[in-house]
Amino acid sequence: MSGFFKSSIGRKVSMALSAFFLMVFLLQHLSINMMSVFSAELFNEVSHFMGSNPVVQFALQPVLIFGVVFHFVMGLILEIKNNKARKVSYAQNNGAANSSWMSRNMIWSGLAILAFITLHFIDFWFPEINTKFIQGDWSGLHNGEFRYYHELQEKFVNPIRVAGYCIAFVFLGLHLAHGFTSAFQSVGAASLRKKLGVIGKAYAIIVPLGFIIIALYHHLNHNH
Amino acid sequence: MNLTLKIWRQKDASTKGKMVDYKVTEISEHMSFLEMMDVLNEQLVNSGEEPVAFDHDCREGICGMCSMYINGEAHGPDRGVTTCQLHMRMFKDGDTITIEPWRAAAFPVIKDLAVDRSAFDRIQHAGGYISVNTSGNTQDANAIPIKKEAADTAMDAATCIGCGACVATCKNSSAMLFVGAKVSQYALLPQGQVEAADRVKNMVAQMDLEGFGNCTNTGACEVECPKGISLENIARMNRELMKASV
Repeated sequence: MSGFFKSSIGRKVSMALSAFFLMVFLLQHLSINMMSVFSAELFNEVSHFMGSNPVVQFALQPVLIFGVVFHFVMGLILEIKNNKARKVSYAQNNGAANSSWMSRNMIWSGLAILAFITLHFIDFWFPEINTKFIQGDWSGLHNGEFRYYHELQEKFVNPIRVAGYCIAFVFLGLHLAHGFTSAFQSVGAASLRKKLGVIGKAYAIIVPLGFIIIALYHHLNHNH
Repeated sequence: MNLTLKIWRQKDASTKGKMVDYKVTEISEHMSFLEMMDVLNEQLVNSGEEPVAFDHDCREGICGMCSMYINGEAHGPDRGVTTCQLHMRMFKDGDTITIEPWRAAAFPVIKDLAVDRSAFDRIQHAGGYISVNTSGNTQDANAIPIKKEAADTAMDAATCIGCGACVATCKNSSAMLFVGAKVSQYALLPQGQVEAADRVKNMVAQMDLEGFGNCTNTGACEVECPKGISLENIARMNRELMKASV
């Protein structure tokens, strides 16, 4: 089996498997964030559970970090390999005649998402790591109240950051518009191609739109 | 019609090439693209210039030899055709047409528009066959019942003529549509299933060795393939390799 993952098809399947994992994670992330729109209390409770549960923190979180890093590193390796496979470019190439913009520009939408993840880590993940693992504060409290909802709202005050988040979610949508069906094709699920195409389009619109709604909601409601 | 042609000229594999402009006049819209190229070459020979080298053989869409990247598309702007089946009526009087060879590290240019596609032959040698004794006592193939659907799908895959348009058009220069078709045409039939595991492993290993890129499922190959080979063949090859590797 190790030989399989060294082959071009094996690398493609490993990209698909990490993509499936990340797409499930996105659904989970969206579901929890969406709670913040409906109930600050519920959002705080769930955030505290996710932020303090040992299984989430010490088992799922490292797997998630590995999944994200693997997907980006493998994506970059494949891009470099693919560039080497054509040393002389065409003087004229009409890619739009036979393929979607999204499918031809996965590396660019991917790099935009990578830039966003860096910002997102600076905004949320690094402060969390600092609070819990460096300062050793696992209470989730600030001035006697859960801090999660308040911290979330604070981050969406600045309109430039909100705009940055919304643009990143558009790139996420473009990435998913090809990535969803591509991952299924890579693992050999071709007979469901048409159905997966419809589900993929819906997923690529609903998930990023959900994140955009959450960002805009907190930007517009941060004083309340 | 009168046309301006921008054609890749390259003396040999080791010399650097460049795009050169040519004018052709009084081209009939009923001509095939290769006939138009013949007119150009006649013109070049008459003026003492070197004719443009390009591959061609049957000129009826079967041999897979004609390989030109025309106006940014493999085999030109028409669908389901090879370059020899492309008619000049697809173009307009006064058009400028860009003509380039297949571009892929695994398909080095031999001269002008002719490229070396022997990488495909080596992939075929690695497993694109069935080891049947053909010494006179071969069983009638029709003696083995085969589902109509499997026979039809295998036949569809077998229509691949190995022209290399899939590699040329793929942004990654991937050969997976070609190898997927060759793997599929045997994997779907009982005669081919006996050696299916070794076949897919050896053919994929050879494909990787030749320096083709990795498929990213853009689907461009399927659109530009003159024989309409479906992406489902790539998915089947992926499944076959997973099965063979477990």
